[in-house]
Amino acid sequence: MSSATHWTPKPPRPAPVHTVGVRGWIRTNLFATPSDTLLTLVAMAVLYLTIDTLVHWAYIDATFSGANRDACLKAVQGACWPFVDAKLGQFIYGRYPELERWRVDLVFASGVIGLIPLLIPAAPFKRANVIYLLGFFPVFAFIMLTGGRFGLEPVETTDWGGLLVTLVVAITGIVASLPLGILLALGRRSQMPIVRSLCIGFIEIFRGVPLITVLFMASVMLPLFLPDGVNFDKLMRCLIGVALFSSAYMAEVVRGGLQAIPKGQYEAAAALGLGYWKSMRLIILPQALKLVIPGIVNTFIGLFKDTTLVLIVGLFDLLGIVQFHFTDASWATPETHITGYAFAAFVFWVFCFAMSRYSIFMENRLSTERD
Amino acid sequence: MKKLVEMCVQRVALVFAVCVSTLNFSFAAGETLAVVQERGYVKCGVSQGLPGFSNPDDRGNWNGIDVDLCRAVAAAVFGSDENVKFTPLSAKERFTALQSGEVDLLARNTTWSMHRDTALGVDFTGVNYYDGQGFMVLAELGIKSALELDGASLCTNLGTTTELNAADYFRTNGMTYEIVAFEKADEAVSAYNAGRCDAYTTDQSALYAQRLKLTDPKAHIVLPEIISKEPLGPVVRQGDDQWGDIVQWSHHAMVNAEELGVSSANIEAMKTSKNPNIRRLLGLDGTFGDNMGIPNDWSYHIIRTVGNYAETFERNVGKDTPLGIARGVNALWKDGGLQYAPPIR
Repeated sequence: MSSATHWTPKPPRPAPVHTVGVRGWIRTNLFATPSDTLLTLVAMAVLYLTIDTLVHWAYIDATFSGANRDACLKAVQGACWPFVDAKLGQFIYGRYPELERWRVDLVFASGVIGLIPLLIPAAPFKRANVIYLLGFFPVFAFIMLTGGRFGLEPVETTDWGGLLVTLVVAITGIVASLPLGILLALGRRSQMPIVRSLCIGFIEIFRGVPLITVLFMASVMLPLFLPDGVNFDKLMRCLIGVALFSSAYMAEVVRGGLQAIPKGQYEAAAALGLGYWKSMRLIILPQALKLVIPGIVNTFIGLFKDTTLVLIVGLFDLLGIVQFHFTDASWATPETHITGYAFAAFVFWVFCFAMSRYSIFMENRLSTERD
Repeated sequence: MKKLVEMCVQRVALVFAVCVSTLNFSFAAGETLAVVQERGYVKCGVSQGLPGFSNPDDRGNWNGIDVDLCRAVAAAVFGSDENVKFTPLSAKERFTALQSGEVDLLARNTTWSMHRDTALGVDFTGVNYYDGQGFMVLAELGIKSALELDGASLCTNLGTTTELNAADYFRTNGMTYEIVAFEKADEAVSAYNAGRCDAYTTDQSALYAQRLKLTDPKAHIVLPEIISKEPLGPVVRQGDDQWGDIVQWSHHAMVNAEELGVSSANIEAMKTSKNPNIRRLLGLDGTFGDNMGIPNDWSYHIIRTVGNYAETFERNVGKDTPLGIARGVNALWKDGGLQYAPPIR
């Protein structure tokens, strides 16, 4: 027995200097080949020009305080931020009475309180949370926003506006379109001929016309056919129109997911003795919906941006009310509308980007594939 | 195929027209006033924002010359200009909204034309602003009249009547010109601002509004000539003459008040006036309100709350507002303008 001598490897030599640290990273990622170098330089030039212009416009040449248009008439004028500042209340609440705005704030806060724990997978009490958000919250929001009960001052929906209308239309559309869309998708794949043709008809009609047409019909034509004295609320008509329209799109997204599920899954569910609804709820839909999360969120984001079309029927969403306030002569300057559009674009971007990031998070969490 | 589409369109239009005409029957004489009084406020259709005519202030309140007309009607009916609600309407939906009863009157910078007055089941009750196409040029060019624009290049909107009106005007006066047309008003204004053309042409009220968006508004002037007729006025449903009278005379009361020198500032003092015209205007003599189904002091409340025509003009579009529009053709007939109201007698 000879005592085995342990072989000990030499410690590894450090990586070559030119591949580590900031220099190494720059070298491998930005200037690896001549064409990389060229692209990097062009990209940097474009970035410099864009950012330089943007910083000059939004900050260096911008005006930050003032009471009217006179503040924004410098020789070199950037953004006219006092316009946004003066109109901010209008942009958020529209013509909702100032004394009643706390009601909107309260609804918004209670919505956020319900939504955040629902979005965090680790948070407990999911079932109670869903009941709160889908059962209690809509009723609470409706009573608080419209008023007329419990001593609350009634506020007509014609006075609503700005971000409030955008969120009401978008959230109603999103919440209503998912269950409706799932039902329509299932109906379209159903074996029952009447259900199937009804679903196909509904989907194809609503997908076949532009949203503007749906809104216009709901707002202008509908009152002509209704008997005298029967008058639906205009916002309500739009909400129904938007919900029906987006559920037709959602149905097609969900159907895409259903078609991607292999037949074996259906057969396996049947072999377990599950009925139609149970197999859908426990086996098919969880897999199908997970597959189409990007498509669903895509529809949500599209819907959120489509809310601006309610302007055509005289409702002022965020973009509508920003444009509306361009017509205030006491703020009319060459930069006013650019500033207003920049503000509206930023708000829309924040919401859409948040939705997009959350969808990526959910996709990763629900992914059952091994990396 | 094209024929088929045309036929379908015609059918739809027919159904639509029948609906509209049956609805018109449901608004018989006197009914609008009764509905308004029952409801407690006037529903007034306005624009979705037009500087000086109907636009919001920082707190979302409506301002403007059209808005003031709505408030005047409310003051005539209820004695308070607060009893009015405004419905912003797009150009497309304005007449349908009026016909379907969604609004009681339109004060929405609507041009009075024969087609609209005769074919759409609506009635125009007067002209609260005489608009028309004009020209804007750089002040430093020293041009004082549109007749000096020979050889000029004109920025304007593509395919509108504006373009045709300009063509007619230049041909009639034997001048040459060059059109630089753009899809949108904003593009045309930026092009003019950047010096792409010598003059910018559109309706005068819009010229004044667009001028505010130029880099140096004071360097530009609006030439006095008006080359087209765009009489803007309030509109009511056809068939209810009583309501039409109320809207019509609300405007006339303001014009008559200016002519007689009665304003919101001096109206209390004017109550002791011996002038029979003023006494009739303020409802002290006669039963003019009764004849329309409203209180006899209807015009007193209009002038007390909204003011006379000069007041609403100067407050919303006049010299001291950012728009800075001169009275021009909207001056009283005595001062060489077109604003003329029949006497209250």
